[in-house]
Amino acid sequence: MTFVALGPAVIDPAALTASVQTAECGAVSLFIGVVRNRNGGRPVMGIEYTAYEAMALAQMRRIVSELENEVSGVRIAVQHRIGQLGIGEASVVIAAAHAHRAPAITAASRTIEELKRRVPVWKCEHYEDGTREWVHA
Amino acid sequence: MSRNSQTRNEIRLTVLLFASYAEAIGASSVGVTLADGATVNDLLAAVRQLAAGKALPPAAVAVNCEYATAQQLLKPGDEVAIIPPVAGG
Repeated sequence: MTFVALGPAVIDPAALTASVQTAECGAVSLFIGVVRNRNGGRPVMGIEYTAYEAMALAQMRRIVSELENEVSGVRIAVQHRIGQLGIGEASVVIAAAHAHRAPAITAASRTIEELKRRVPVWKCEHYEDGTREWVHA
Repeated sequence: MSRNSQTRNEIRLTVLLFASYAEAIGASSVGVTLADGATVNDLLAAVRQLAAGKALPPAAVAVNCEYATAQQLLKPGDEVAIIPPVAGG
């Protein structure tokens, strides 16, 4: 039972951890992506995230399934937030659990890299001077 | 759905738009009519025309929630979306 979610709700890292952790786990690797106050030297006030929800969920489920097949015994949970986020708020949380730390860390790292490459989520940065800009898009 | 609205030699599709594409075109989806046998590339060209010369990044296209290749053929009923460079995380 893999947990994959996308929506405006505040993400609870403890809930993701609990969803992957079992008595056999010796490690849970937790990645938290948070909104930073600067980008490329420009002061950022907040970020608005939007997504192609159906595809984003499908792609996240596929990434998790691919990695769970590749890294034997790992259990992965992913949640991405959308909507208007302030500085320091979590935009994405990944929890990867395994009997041992190396596969847990690898799985969490691979999940965020694949998510950033494939999952259709976009961010619009809001700057101090009142302007806004889509990042890359 | 009117049967007259779709002739045998054209495909009418609703294209989902996001981020810069939605802003440039001023809508979250747009209807396009393409010739039968149209590819993903043809669709992208048609959508970019609607942006009336506004600067837009190169985009991928998703068909039924999967990344599509440029030469992939489109068919009626496909869920198509323009995917500008993603920036999740």
